[in-house]
Parts: sequence; C-alpha cells; structure tokens
Amino acid sequence: MSAKKKQFVYGKNLDNALLAVYNAYVFFIRFFREVFRGRMEFQEIVRQCYAIGNRSLLLISLTGFITGMVFTKQSRPSLSEFGATSWLPSLVAIAIVRALAPLVTALISAGKIGSSIGAELGSMRVTEQIDAMEVSAVNPFKFLVVTRVLACTIAIPVLMFYCALVSLLGAFLNVTLNEGTSFIAFFENAFEQITFLDIWTSVAKAIAYGFTIGIVGSYQGYNASKGTEGVGKAANSAVVTSMFLIFIEEVIIVQVSNYFRI
Amino acid sequence: MEEDFKPGEPVIEVRDLYKSFGDLHVLQGVNLTVNKGENMVVLGRSGTGKSVLIKIMVGLLKQDRGDCIVLGKEVSNLDGNDLRDLRLKIGFSFQNSALYDSMTVRENLEFPLVRNIPNLSRAEIDEQVEYVLDAVGLLQTINQVPAELSGGQRKRIGIARTLILKPEVMLYDEPTAGLDPITCLEINELINEVQKKYQTTSIIITHDLTCARATGDRIAMLLDGKFLKTGTFEEVFDTDEERIKSFYDYNFIQ
Repeated sequence: MSAKKKQFVYGKNLDNALLAVYNAYVFFIRFFREVFRGRMEFQEIVRQCYAIGNRSLLLISLTGFITGMVFTKQSRPSLSEFGATSWLPSLVAIAIVRALAPLVTALISAGKIGSSIGAELGSMRVTEQIDAMEVSAVNPFKFLVVTRVLACTIAIPVLMFYCALVSLLGAFLNVTLNEGTSFIAFFENAFEQITFLDIWTSVAKAIAYGFTIGIVGSYQGYNASKGTEGVGKAANSAVVTSMFLIFIEEVIIVQVSNYFRI
Repeated sequence: MEEDFKPGEPVIEVRDLYKSFGDLHVLQGVNLTVNKGENMVVLGRSGTGKSVLIKIMVGLLKQDRGDCIVLGKEVSNLDGNDLRDLRLKIGFSFQNSALYDSMTVRENLEFPLVRNIPNLSRAEIDEQVEYVLDAVGLLQTINQVPAELSGGQRKRIGIARTLILKPEVMLYDEPTAGLDPITCLEINELINEVQKKYQTTSIIITHDLTCARATGDRIAMLLDGKFLKTGTFEEVFDTDEERIKSFYDYNFIQ
C-alpha cells in the first residue's frame, strides 16, 4: 500500500472512530433527556425487569454457586499453611461481596441480556419496526431504549444480591463438607468482616454495570444497519463493548471505594 | 392554526426535491402535487427513490434540497411535537408491514392508539381495534401473533394499524410486493375502500402496473430521479417515450 493510500485509510478509520464516540455521546445524553420527558412506560419497565430476571436466573444460580465453591476450595491450601482455615468464611465473604458477585453477575448479564437487547433492537431496526413506531407518532427511544436501560439498572443489582447469596451457599457447602462448620457459624463468621461500605460499593458497581449493559446493548441495536449481518454485529458488539467498559468501571469504583476505606 | 383542505386542493406538494446517499443521487429535482381525496400512484423501477420520497414526506429522511409540504407544513422544518402532530395525520404502510413481532394483532393495533389518545376506556379501545380489523376483514386474527399470519394478512394488519389513528393522508410503500395475484387484487380493493371510507389522500408506491391501474386516480412515472410523466394511466402509457414503453412491456411480459 502506498504511503498516501495508507494515510487515507488511517485517516478514514480515525474519522469513523471519532464519529462513533460522538454518536455514543449523543445517544447517552438523549437517554437522560428522554427519561424525564413525557409519560413513563412503567408496564414495559416491569415486563423488561421480569424478562431480565427470568433470562439470567438459572445461569447466575449455576455460575454463582460454582464460583463460591471453587473460590473456597482454591483459598483453603494457602490459609491452611498458616493454620488460618477458620478465616475462610470471612475471606470468601469479602471476596464475594466486594468483587465476585458484582463481576460474575455483570459478565453473565452482558452475555445474556446485553446480546439479547442488541439483537432484539437490531432486528426491530432492520425490519423497520422502529420506523413504524416513529411514523405512528410514538417515541421509540422512550419505549424501547429508556425502558430497557432502566430495567437493567434496576434488575442487575437485585441479581447481584442473589448471586452473592448463592455464591455464599456454594462456599458454605465446601466449608461444611471439609471443616464441618455449621450454617449459623459460617454466616456469622462471614458477615463479621462485611461493612456497609462493602455493600454500598457493590450496589454502586451493580448499578453502573446494569446501566452500561442496558445502554450499550440498546445503542448497538438501535443503530444497527445492513440487514441480518447488522443484527449479529449489534449483538456481538453489545457484549464485547459492555464487558470492556465493565472492567474499566471496576477499576475506577475500586479506586474510589478504597479512598473512603482509608 | 389547522388548515382545512377542500376536495381538489393540494395536500402534498413536492418542489424541486433532491436527495443523495453519498455518490448515489436518488432524487434529482422531483416535483409532485397530490390533491385532497386523490390516490396518486408513484410508479418506477426498484431503486429509483420511490420509497425515499415518501419517507421524506413523513420525516424519516431529510431532503438535501427542495420543499416537501404535507398538509400545509414543510416537513423538514418540523421537530418534536409539531412533527408528532403531523405524523398523527399520516398513515404509513410499510413494504414488509413492520408489525411488532413480539405483540399480538390486538396489541399491535392498540399500541399507537393508547399512546396517542390517552384516557380511552378498555371498551373504547376494544371497539376501535375491532372496527379497523373488521374494515380490513381480519377480525378473526385478533389474538394471533404476526408470525402466524400470511403475507397478505400482515399487509392488511399493517394498514389497519395506520387506520386506527384515522389519518388524512395514507402512504403505501409497495403494498402488493411479494403477494400472489389474488391477494394483490384484494389489497388493491382495500386501498380503494380505505380511500372511500376514510376520505384519505393517498400515495401508493409500486412497480406493479395492475396495482397502479386499479388504485391510481393519477400516476407519476419516476425514472432516473425525476418524474418523467404524470397523468391518468392511459395518459402516461400512451407515449412514444422509450423508457416508459419498455417499463410497460416488461410488466406485461411478467
């Protein structure tokens, strides 16, 4: 490729990247404008919350339970070296509440819910269903995007609490089979080290992740083009982009919460 | 102030309209007038910008240049509530029907109604839904989902969904595309019934000469981004213009 052609291609790619960032910014701002404009579609929000919970409950139960059990199993040898296996419940609880439950919930939801929002809105876009809403004087952004983003923001923190509970049950099962610890003793020990800051940080994380999954999935689907290929691309980009953003948010929120911890 | 159009007065006026997509110049100085109560057929080959023209009329696309005045308002100057008010008076029937596939037929029809006319009672909603479904002859499909309907039924439900808001202007995008000849005839009859029953002014986008002849009071032939000829079916096709003749012959052979 000649130097001039290379420069042109790179220039065009940069233009496209900047345009994508600008479009995402406009979409993000529009969401906040539309939330407070016109009547709220409460029924649709409830329907979406139910759909999100229904879609992810089984997967979150399974992954949460296994995460709790495996993490406990992996942590035991290190603690037993120092004769500190009695710390296992509190160590596992801290890990689950602070990091594992929000992250596992978010990653599962990004794959399950983010992709489904991207595909659903994408197929509505390419089959002109979104245009049909627009020409019948209904605001499709308010009905499709605002409801899905709010539903994700509400439902994912609830799923996160559920995931934490199931993970702790997985951890308890492992501990009780190995150390014979009772249910009450395990949970007393586990919650001893958990502070309100831990819980609020996890809630903040889950809210941020939920919002991210909802808005990224909606953005990708709402702006899908090029027929069925575009629908697949929207679903795929919804997962990849939201996972990437979730990890960035994780770093930022942990930094901020550590500042308060000190 | 609301404009009240009398029969024969222009309801849609398109003047010197241009629209391009990148290097593709779709509309190149289009002029068209549609009068109240008239069925105007826009005829032309695929990809000549027929659908683009009606999408500009309803504000889904914006022209690059020129005027598109619908019900006395320049569409490209409208936004927010003004555009919404105009859209309430325009019914748009999509080529692939664009029914909401996660909803039943009843929910598809209720959707624009309850969102645009608040405070309707359940009985009033049911009455209006059943009335338009009866008008398109598909009352029995009320609880079905779009996936269970045939192509012709989907088209009819799509038209019913636009009729529920009692539009003054109807825009049909390829109403007979992909349908068998008998269903095409039924759709043509439905378009004429809608015009009579709802006193609508309509634009019918098609490349089907049978549909054009059956539904059009006037026909506008769109070729190479411009209207080549406008008039009754006979006026348009009684010509020596080679491109119009070949379009007619091709349809006839088909």
